[in-house]
Amino acid sequence: MAAFTVARSSCGLVSGLRASFRSLAQVKHGAVAQTSLPLDCRWYSVSHLSVQERIDKKRKAALVGGGQKRIDAQHKRGKLTARERVELLLDPNSFVEYDMFVEHRCSDFGMEQDRNKFPGDSVVTGQGRINGRLVYVFSQDFTVFGGSLSGAHAQKICKIMDQAVMVGAPVIGLNDSGGARIQEGVESLAGYADIFLRNVTASGVVPQISLIMGPCAGGAVYSPALTDFTFMVKDTSYLFITGPDVVKSVTNEDVTQEELGGAKTHTAVSGVAHRAFENDIDALLNLRDFFNFLPLSNKDASPVIECHDPSDRLVPGLDTIVPMESTKAYDMLDIIHGIVDERDFFEIMPNYAKNIVVGFARMNGRTVGIVGNQPKVASGCLDINSSVKGARFVRFCDAFNIPIITFVDVPGFLPGTAQEYGGIIRHGAKLLFAFAEATVPKITIITRKAYGGAYDVMSSKHLRGDMNYAWPTAEVAVMGAKGAVQIIFRGKENQAEAEAEYVEKFANPFPAAVRGFVDDIIEPSTTRKRICRDLEVLASKKQVNPWKKHANIPL
Amino acid sequence: MAAYSIVPAFKRLLSAVKHAPLQTRCCTVACKAQYSTICDPNEKTFDKILIANRGEIACRVIKTCRKMGIQTVAVHSDVDSSAVHVKMADEAVCVGPAPTGKSYLNMDAIMDAIRSTGAQAVHPGYGFLSENKEFAQRLAAEGVMFVGPDTHAIQAMGDKIQSKLIAKAAGVNTIPGFDGVVKTAEEAVKIAQDIGYPVMIKASAGGGGKGMRIAWNDEETREGFRFSSQEAASSFGDDRLLIEKFIDNPRHIEIQVLADKHGSALWLNERECSIQRRNQKVVEEAPSTFLDPATRRAMGEQAVQLAKAVQYSSAGTVEFLVDSQKNFYFLEMNTRLQVEHPITECITGLDLVQQMIRIAKGYPLQHKQEDIPINGWAIESRVYAEDPYKSFGLPSIGRLSQYQEPLNLSNVRVDSGIQEGSDISIYYDPMISKLVTYGATRAEALAKMEDALDNYVIRGVTHNIPLLREIITHPRFISGDITTNFLPEVYPSGFHGHQLATDSRRELLASAAALYIAAQLRSQRFLCNLRVSTIPQERGKWELCVELGKDRHNVEVTRSGNTYTVEVDAGRVEVSGEWNLASPLLPLTINGTHRMLQCLSREASGEITVQYLGTSFKVRVLSKLAAELDSYMPEKIPEDTSSILRSPMPGTVVAVAVKAGDTVAEGQEICVIEAMKMQNSMTAAKTAKVKSVHCKPGETVGEGDLLVELE
Repeated sequence: MAAFTVARSSCGLVSGLRASFRSLAQVKHGAVAQTSLPLDCRWYSVSHLSVQERIDKKRKAALVGGGQKRIDAQHKRGKLTARERVELLLDPNSFVEYDMFVEHRCSDFGMEQDRNKFPGDSVVTGQGRINGRLVYVFSQDFTVFGGSLSGAHAQKICKIMDQAVMVGAPVIGLNDSGGARIQEGVESLAGYADIFLRNVTASGVVPQISLIMGPCAGGAVYSPALTDFTFMVKDTSYLFITGPDVVKSVTNEDVTQEELGGAKTHTAVSGVAHRAFENDIDALLNLRDFFNFLPLSNKDASPVIECHDPSDRLVPGLDTIVPMESTKAYDMLDIIHGIVDERDFFEIMPNYAKNIVVGFARMNGRTVGIVGNQPKVASGCLDINSSVKGARFVRFCDAFNIPIITFVDVPGFLPGTAQEYGGIIRHGAKLLFAFAEATVPKITIITRKAYGGAYDVMSSKHLRGDMNYAWPTAEVAVMGAKGAVQIIFRGKENQAEAEAEYVEKFANPFPAAVRGFVDDIIEPSTTRKRICRDLEVLASKKQVNPWKKHANIPL
Repeated sequence: MAAYSIVPAFKRLLSAVKHAPLQTRCCTVACKAQYSTICDPNEKTFDKILIANRGEIACRVIKTCRKMGIQTVAVHSDVDSSAVHVKMADEAVCVGPAPTGKSYLNMDAIMDAIRSTGAQAVHPGYGFLSENKEFAQRLAAEGVMFVGPDTHAIQAMGDKIQSKLIAKAAGVNTIPGFDGVVKTAEEAVKIAQDIGYPVMIKASAGGGGKGMRIAWNDEETREGFRFSSQEAASSFGDDRLLIEKFIDNPRHIEIQVLADKHGSALWLNERECSIQRRNQKVVEEAPSTFLDPATRRAMGEQAVQLAKAVQYSSAGTVEFLVDSQKNFYFLEMNTRLQVEHPITECITGLDLVQQMIRIAKGYPLQHKQEDIPINGWAIESRVYAEDPYKSFGLPSIGRLSQYQEPLNLSNVRVDSGIQEGSDISIYYDPMISKLVTYGATRAEALAKMEDALDNYVIRGVTHNIPLLREIITHPRFISGDITTNFLPEVYPSGFHGHQLATDSRRELLASAAALYIAAQLRSQRFLCNLRVSTIPQERGKWELCVELGKDRHNVEVTRSGNTYTVEVDAGRVEVSGEWNLASPLLPLTINGTHRMLQCLSREASGEITVQYLGTSFKVRVLSKLAAELDSYMPEKIPEDTSSILRSPMPGTVVAVAVKAGDTVAEGQEICVIEAMKMQNSMTAAKTAKVKSVHCKPGETVGEGDLLVELE
């Protein structure tokens, strides 16, 4: 955990903060002193104030956090304050704040002085509603000690997390913190660990979402990493273990904050973040939209919302979407948009491992998770990154009773030394594991290729797919015609003829259909209708895996 | 497709055809935008026809063939294998890969298709091989009937120079100009100088306005010569050119003729096609507001004279330019079915395809000149997949993710060859459909067109509906004051979409705000979920801020059922509707007026794109709080576009005139992109040094692809 402090000082945040903070406190002190001048010697005593007055005073102080000057600075950075964010995120007047009076307990380095105490400390916590549904929120306040995490800060977060798990409601964290509060030392580290523990115990119990809206560095990054979804704000948020200065001193790499841990890096390169938004407002409004897809807890069913899109709508465009030539690409998103309610698809990780598409949508109003191979990118093959991306998404859906709809057009796993050395075997196994383990309703549509082991992996009948369909263009086979012919008819002269024979025999949905590996061959235009009907049937599905402490997914 | 329903009990009507003039049946025509295909079962034509075309015209021909009991054969390129015309036909034959030269213009493959399917006749549609005399000859050699005129007439009229000579000889008014072959740029300049500027230069063999360029001076003549000869060579394999006097402020009015093989010919009135962009027709109507009966008759008679002079048979069109004094000049004769033939069908009630097939078989005309009515008014809008904001329309491509024709409306005919899911590719004409509306009067037809355009759902490709709707509602168009220069005259600085007036802006803002609230309320309606707060959250009043362009408007919304009352810009607007959030169409009643809006997109961030009065407007609806806080959000800096050249459309790079390190002047040609058979010259936006070139000749580029970077 040494990395915490290293990172913090490397960010150059703390020193700067401390200095500016002191001057700010002085201003504040001065102002108070002025108004209380006539009170003379009774200044140091507050006993003359009634309890009500003290309550009001504390509340008022809590509302302005680190003070107007720091609020202005926050705004100047293009960021909103912790309270503004909460207000935008939640339904109007629904926020119920907890622990407004909590103060930090540090007594070293002059921290015990009144001017260094802020009611509520550096985080705003509580619960409220998003479109009428309960949610617990914490929002780190960068205007108070740079949003640094004190023992009290951590305690506040832990309190709402504990209650969220108890009542079964999601937790949303709005992260904007310079890191550990160095003045508190080990207390701060303990605070992080307390949060981590709760992130882990709450995992799979209630959805946890992190929205990174400022710096998040050092050990602090592990809280978002443990939550189900991490979103970022472009240009104003960063996530890294160690900042550019430390990177320079250790590995001699020159890198900017943005390149190292900006939204683009984490949504496109590292896969740490699931999506990025333009600015604070865009992010918070999108988060509200996203929240509507989620059930409140693992005890709640997948939510159903009023739907205006007819469940029996035919999608004629799908009948021609798969090109005749099996080597030609098409956009899986076109299929997804055509099938789901109102073309509304909330894609998760749209810029990472683009050869697999995952995200949330609704079918006849009910939230479903969509997984689809993307023929447009790398022919839709499965590789390390796409397997991991898909696996994590499938597991989330399974944990929270969200039916999974899988669109299959997969030529197989990506070959090559890069993949083998990188461990495609154990990473690919994750996706296999996730699909096999899932007990939520699983509907699979094979649109074109379903080759080799990748066919098995993609929610096949053999992995307990509830309804498996093939489009007339489907080809379920061990491999493509060319490769297969080279093996079966090795050395035979007329390869073209052999290929044609193989295509006739295997490059169609019949081999799978006659064996019952697909339940039906359907007209693409009827896919939406079929899925909606199946979901209604499968809503009462009950399937239990054998008792275990927990499974051992190949991490 | 109701408009095409075969007239039931046709036998009963058949006698009416035989014994009564056309006018007596006008009642059926007057209430529907349709033509009647009344077939005489004793009049045998062909058993099987091959349609050597694609898209809407192939579908159009197949429809009539079906009604006549004729089997149809479609030909198609490999990318068109699941196209509508292929599905509609009884048989289909693939004639080659996507490029037209290898498929739809591939005579060998088409001849093979004719032989293998045993088609007795070929309907060529328009474009492609429709005016190709070699094709007609090859068909004749194999005893296959060409549904069109004789080779002789195609040849005589196909060549613009020769056709003018023939027309002159036949007593048809012609435009002063040079009719001969032009070999070099300098020769072109000399000819142009002799005629006097302005002059028009185009490919002799090309039909329509493609490849036509106007030159006002020597320099432009040279440029025009270069482009036209290149285009002529690439599109027609024939690089001959025509240079003639350009008539200022002209109207383009054409006469439909119908002639049989027995020396009879009719004129089926005129079509006014003056609304054009880059010499391609956009909106057509029949009849013309401009012609008086005497002029119409004079034009009609000259057209028939010309048809007779070349022993024309089948349907044909004689195009005239008409000046403000109603002088008319012969332009050219198109020896085929025209794109805009439906409007003639609407006002005359004839099925031109049927007549062409009858005539090809050798039957005499059924009608006399006095039987041809002008019944009501018909307008045709050519709906294109193109961006009207770029020089009134540059091609766009894409997949029609959602597509819905306004066939729920009466008196609307849509001729199209695409459907939801179809691809508009770079290989073919970007036309989506021909939208035809009909009315007893012009005003009725125009009102219907407005409705039809508003109800037309096209998603996935950029389309020209904004422009079409602006044209048909423009006061100058409504008054009939149009010329072929209408678009550049009305929109001198280019087309920028509908310009909102105070009232319409208010309506737009109010509709967007109401839609936003409707969507917000819906997102709170969870079904069968007991864990939603029971504390009522529905508010009676919302304070919002609607952003349109750079302007912000504070808006107050109150709701009562499905009706929203919106206070905006010191006015009050009442908006009510069903608020179906899944439908692309958003029928609203705004202050008592029915308006069809379309919701193009609705984002969580409050961004809503609506199509209102034809144009799509992007607005952003924010709560009052979000709007206040929005001022703190950092501004995103857009890319500097003056130093980079991107392809404005998908196409093929024909030529690159610069290389890295060259210095280019502002306006200098950098490269040429060919798309949909059009060559577009890309020029430098500033004087600078070329930093890097990212394209090479022959390469296919997509819209927005980086071509050249300047320093």
